[in-house]
Amino acid sequence: MNRSVAITGIGVVAPGGVGKKAFWDLLVSGRTATRTISFFDPSRFRSQVAAEVDFDPQRSGLSPREARRLDRAAQFAVVSAKECMADSGLEFVELDPHRTGVSVGSAVGGTTGLEREYLVLSDSGRLWEVDSDYVSPHLFDAFVPSSLAAEVAWTVGAEGPATVVSTGCTSGLDSVGYARDLIAEGTVDVMIAGAADTPISPIAVSCFDAIKATTPRNDDPEHASRPFDRTRNGFVLAEGAAMFVLEELEHARARGAHVYGVIGGYATRCNAYHMTGLRPDGHEMAEAIRHSLDQARLNPDLVDYVNAHGSGTKQNDRHETAAFKETLGQHAYEVPISSIKSMVGHSLGAIGSIEIAACALAMENGVVPPTANLHEPDPECDLDYVPNEAREHGVDAVLSVGSGFGGFQSAMVITREETTR
Amino acid sequence: MTLATPAAQETPERTGRPTAVITGIGVAAPNGLGTEQWWQSTLRGTSGIGPVVDYDASRYPSRLVGRIDGFEAAEHIPGRLLPQTDRVTRLALVAGAEALADADANPAELAEQDGYGEYGCGVVTSNATGGFEFTHREIRKLWTQGPQQVSVYESFAWFYAVNTGQLSIRNKLRGPSGVLVSEQAGGLDAIGQSRRTLRQGVKLSLTGGMDSSLDPWGLVSHLASGRLSRSDDPATAYLPFDTRAAGHVPGEGGAMLVLEEETAARARGARVYGEIAGYAATFSPRPGSGRPPGLERAARLALADSGLGVEDVDVVFADAAGLPTADDEEAAALRALFGPYGVPVTAPKTLTGRLYGGGAPLDVAAALLALRDGVIPPTSGIDRPVPEHRLDLVRGTPRHAPLRTALVLARGHGGFNAAVVVRSPEAA
Repeated sequence: MNRSVAITGIGVVAPGGVGKKAFWDLLVSGRTATRTISFFDPSRFRSQVAAEVDFDPQRSGLSPREARRLDRAAQFAVVSAKECMADSGLEFVELDPHRTGVSVGSAVGGTTGLEREYLVLSDSGRLWEVDSDYVSPHLFDAFVPSSLAAEVAWTVGAEGPATVVSTGCTSGLDSVGYARDLIAEGTVDVMIAGAADTPISPIAVSCFDAIKATTPRNDDPEHASRPFDRTRNGFVLAEGAAMFVLEELEHARARGAHVYGVIGGYATRCNAYHMTGLRPDGHEMAEAIRHSLDQARLNPDLVDYVNAHGSGTKQNDRHETAAFKETLGQHAYEVPISSIKSMVGHSLGAIGSIEIAACALAMENGVVPPTANLHEPDPECDLDYVPNEAREHGVDAVLSVGSGFGGFQSAMVITREETTR
Repeated sequence: MTLATPAAQETPERTGRPTAVITGIGVAAPNGLGTEQWWQSTLRGTSGIGPVVDYDASRYPSRLVGRIDGFEAAEHIPGRLLPQTDRVTRLALVAGAEALADADANPAELAEQDGYGEYGCGVVTSNATGGFEFTHREIRKLWTQGPQQVSVYESFAWFYAVNTGQLSIRNKLRGPSGVLVSEQAGGLDAIGQSRRTLRQGVKLSLTGGMDSSLDPWGLVSHLASGRLSRSDDPATAYLPFDTRAAGHVPGEGGAMLVLEEETAARARGARVYGEIAGYAATFSPRPGSGRPPGLERAARLALADSGLGVEDVDVVFADAAGLPTADDEEAAALRALFGPYGVPVTAPKTLTGRLYGGGAPLDVAAALLALRDGVIPPTSGIDRPVPEHRLDLVRGTPRHAPLRTALVLARGHGGFNAAVVVRSPEAA
């Protein structure tokens, strides 16, 4: 069995605004949501910039109890799950719970809550044998990240397979790819799938500081995320979530659902090279791209838009540029390519899903979001990265890619429902 | 009793799918490092549960753990990997190496062969708590000495993908790979996903689960679940299906398995332990919803997926939560599936404690060796079984019986359920 899988609902919690509309408005404006970290005093850190979400749990529809119980990442996941359900027009009662599953991507799960609890339990680090008298009943849910999937499943009433997909920075692509596979093989008809990560906490900031992966451009935070620019010097840490309703295509058609697009292909590979390093040839990412295009039965020259990983580290942007050239050939020089991380930063496990939302909305609106802060092209990154301004451009097929610690390289192809090959 | 389930029609046709066989096992368990040592301990009833010894846990309400004593990572893995890995990753590397050696498989060499290629081998694991002790040390440095003291390895020693990433690099596994977290059910989800990658063209997939988070912050985080036993007696602290059940003991470890597409495995002359014949996962509705929990349905779906019926199951490796309500729920599911006393049920995890992402893969390893040896390992310590459960619990001593099919069940906090059907090679 190999059934087609449609995206019929989108929910987004991203820096710059909560909700699908605010997210898209930010992307087409080319504005950036990166700023000096406000969640804690960042002055001791090398990188003091992040893309934070101004998020009020209760204004976003969470009850006081949910706001207390849920870690911030789970709050983002639940809020975006509710939005995608509403967007898809799916009433909970219409769903067969047994045929509905959940997959949530997250690289670091409940980190923010874990660190907050650690400071209490350890008396700000003083105690190695932390004090169990100060345990919060919600600590365990921050400790084990699958609570994210449980909360989403409860929210939507799903009783099919539920899990967290945690492959670091490709989690947000891989969780949607996993969901695609479960529907395609016939295990379920509907998946509520996406990703959430809220890593803006001192421990996460310091571990990226330690390897100089994040940018030290602290004097110019609005322009700190500079993918493909010659002056780029690291990524900007971010938080966010995006969730989707994925449906078997006939299931979506039968209820007259709006179809944003069909997940034509998805593949993931490992470079088996280094936990953080990338070889410049982009070989494994190229393999994932090729395999995704094969599944979608899409000739490379029919890709209308490439959503790049574009993290803004020196090595990444060259790595994936090589992968695009290897797989798309001459078309790599012609197709618009952009990195929305220039605007919303890099939210680790969440960004892959947020980028899928950007791809679906680009198809929907016939507009390609830009790469902000791209003024001095890197001679080694010599493709069309849509600098600074959104571009009207019909999009029938998109390619989105991700790359992450552990060597994971993933790619997804999304096409229109009626795309002809 | 018939397998009257509509699920049989819901799952894909069994015909034409590649068969996933297990050809290698690697174990790191509190009662044995290495498959045979652990298996002998399991059959003898040797427990790995004991008091915390590496720090002062006397102020904690729960002080027992299933810890792997005497594990010297430097004896097993290269020195350069030591500074960059948490204990959990070292355990995963050791068990992964054992599984591949047991399968007599070298992925780097296989990649050179026809039919495999660069991407013919992958790795899918489950891990629920990351590189926790490593992170505990680093976060303490951050808050007492400042951010400049945080290790350059912290960014990738901590996250849940670390075991898959390091196993991939160490063993040159470049094919479709992944990491799934579903609390204590995630290990079966990883095996299910590993089998799925075989159907997508992978020839060999290293899979399983490993967890270790027994440092003070880890133990206190386990405590926060409210599900730990407060007993100080290692023999009776974790007593699933017993009238004294009052929580579990957290442990560390797990198992890694080599899954191969059967034709490829046979072609290279691999020894086959058995087949992953069926897998399914479900999620239980929120308590109080009035809808039934999903464990029984997971078992039925896994059986339907395997093409077998309940009458084919020779032994069940239970989830065995060790809490009265959860035990009642599992016993009810087993009665609904098999009838009262309808199938031998066992839970050798009473000797290790619950291993989170590692627990269910270790049960799959136990099921495979049970099939191989024709012996059901016992559940230890249970001498007052709950009479209403009406389970045929294998207690005290191993039970010898010809075995062809085992059902392994797992549940994760929040509502995760998963089931795997394991079949002996003769039966397959």
